[in-house]
Amino acid sequence: MASDPNQTEERHGWKWLLATPALIVLVLAASGPLMIVVLYSFLSPGNMGGVAWEFSTDAWFRVFMRRDIFDPENVTVNQAHLAVLWRSVWLSAQTTVICAVLGFPTAWFIATRPPGQRTVWLFLITIPFWTNLLIRTFAIQEMLRNNGTINTALMWMGVINEPIPMMFTDFAVLLGMAYVFMPLMVLPLYAAMDKMDFRLVEAGYDLYASRIAVLRHVILPLVKPGFIAGSILVFIPSIGAYVTPRVLGGGQKMMLGNLIALQFGQGRNWPLGAALAMVLLIITVTALVLYLRAVNRQEDKRDG
Amino acid sequence: MKRTIALGTAALLASTSLASAEGVVNLYNWGNYTSPEMLEKFTAETGITVNVTDFDSNDTALARVRQGGHGFDIVVPTHSYLETWINEGLLMPLDKSIVVNHGNIAPEWTDVPFDPGREYSVPWQWGTTGITVDTAVYDGNINTADIVFNPPEELKGKINVVPEMSDVMAIAIYHAGGESCTEDMEVMRKVRDTLVAAKPHWKAMDYSTVENFASGDFSAGIGWNGATMRARFQRDTVAYGYPETGFPVWMDNAAVLADAQNPENAMKFINFILEPENAAMLSNFARYANGVAESDEFLSEDMQGAPELTIPEDLVSAGKFSEACPQAVNDLQSQIWTELLQ
Repeated sequence: MASDPNQTEERHGWKWLLATPALIVLVLAASGPLMIVVLYSFLSPGNMGGVAWEFSTDAWFRVFMRRDIFDPENVTVNQAHLAVLWRSVWLSAQTTVICAVLGFPTAWFIATRPPGQRTVWLFLITIPFWTNLLIRTFAIQEMLRNNGTINTALMWMGVINEPIPMMFTDFAVLLGMAYVFMPLMVLPLYAAMDKMDFRLVEAGYDLYASRIAVLRHVILPLVKPGFIAGSILVFIPSIGAYVTPRVLGGGQKMMLGNLIALQFGQGRNWPLGAALAMVLLIITVTALVLYLRAVNRQEDKRDG
Repeated sequence: MKRTIALGTAALLASTSLASAEGVVNLYNWGNYTSPEMLEKFTAETGITVNVTDFDSNDTALARVRQGGHGFDIVVPTHSYLETWINEGLLMPLDKSIVVNHGNIAPEWTDVPFDPGREYSVPWQWGTTGITVDTAVYDGNINTADIVFNPPEELKGKINVVPEMSDVMAIAIYHAGGESCTEDMEVMRKVRDTLVAAKPHWKAMDYSTVENFASGDFSAGIGWNGATMRARFQRDTVAYGYPETGFPVWMDNAAVLADAQNPENAMKFINFILEPENAAMLSNFARYANGVAESDEFLSEDMQGAPELTIPEDLVSAGKFSEACPQAVNDLQSQIWTELLQ
């Protein structure tokens, strides 16, 4: 039977209908709570937490601006919030770079093993996910503290006399974040390398390219999608990270996640917390849009 | 076939109604705060099973119960939040025909400002927020907040301040000569300047004080009396100081929720924890003092006469019930706090 194009269209229409239960769940579960957050950010703080049903843009004003506590006439940019925001973005960027630099050789190592062994290595990469994040973070603390594993070992070997203070520093936070998010970089990189045609590398050598030249002009362009996907996967959770900076950083300097938590907890300013959460969401979406653009450009180039 | 299912359902229904006859009570409490041993004893005596759900802050507990549909019978809020709980009608007055041990509440904890005459709540545990010092590192006067705000040379870089805004703010305000929840801007300016100037000398603002004082990673800080006592058990040079300018006193209180499903069982539980022996079991587990008269003799040996649990007589008047500040004041404090942690 020759298929009538109209009929096919109709069938597709029905298929689309089959997705409605999933769509309803998505709309209710994803946009519903989001709408509540947006709504809350335009209300006034309630007594002892919660919100009062009075429209107010004060929360949004306070995300970026501040009235001096001791001189209310004096309105300036809210440096405290911007400092926290900047720290979150900067720390996430550093985490992403560290993961990329360490993740690339790791993924390369796995991709160049014989096929049978690769599964084992990949499996090993996923092992940390078996344990709760909080427990892994406390384990790192156990390694880094003054009388922790590293300092004890170094002192025992006579390398140092005094323990090196590592806990509660930016180094500790970076180490913890890089460790936690490393698999999210390695896996997409590996996926990109797995699809790579290694004959191109050989062709490069045949044409007298140096090792560096092959890496720069052949391998890196080919695994670029993996880098982009990995960077997004690392950057987005890093920017909202809460536990790792709190436990390893000693809680002296807030990240965006801690600032939001403060508003819903001891600060008792839910609207401000909601507005800050929206800011976090906007940063995340911006990062995602940039990623999609980069991927599209990549595909256009390949097609064209 | 159908009949089997019907029979099975009937049996199931019967067994559930049997279970509810035996009874349960749902306790909503701070994490790691309820002695499992005491719960076993309660079940053995009454046949009532206790289900415990944890919360991690007063704000979380209040927000969840306000939403309704929580299914809890008993909650354990801190005194500073208790008035809000009572005023919003979230609690049920105690049924004194069941809570016959009401008279066991220690006299000083009976007529408290946050629940006059104890109509709604009974003491669970109480404590103070003060100064923890490793006397092996610093052997000067420890009854002063200057240890944290103007630290002596040997303590610089070894200080930890628990990230509990209201407690730290209260100690700083008392230190600057103000009253809890003050709106005096001169005092608040002094508080801000003191905190901002002191912070570079701090090492951390962390909750994990016991292990870090025991290991020597921290040598001084703002912390709680029970945690300090636990650190001292592991490192005997750790001592607890009460700032003479003023320090917060807090008490967590058990109360029955207005919409409790098992109010009678809940009242029985409240009555049970007022027995001196049972109150002591709570203390032996959570390591704070309870507010029940004559429970001291049941305390474990290492807690009897512990300096962390008894405020020295000349410093009792410096202890002040911390308050939940009005929104405007809380906002002011949290702005200073954000500035401090930026």
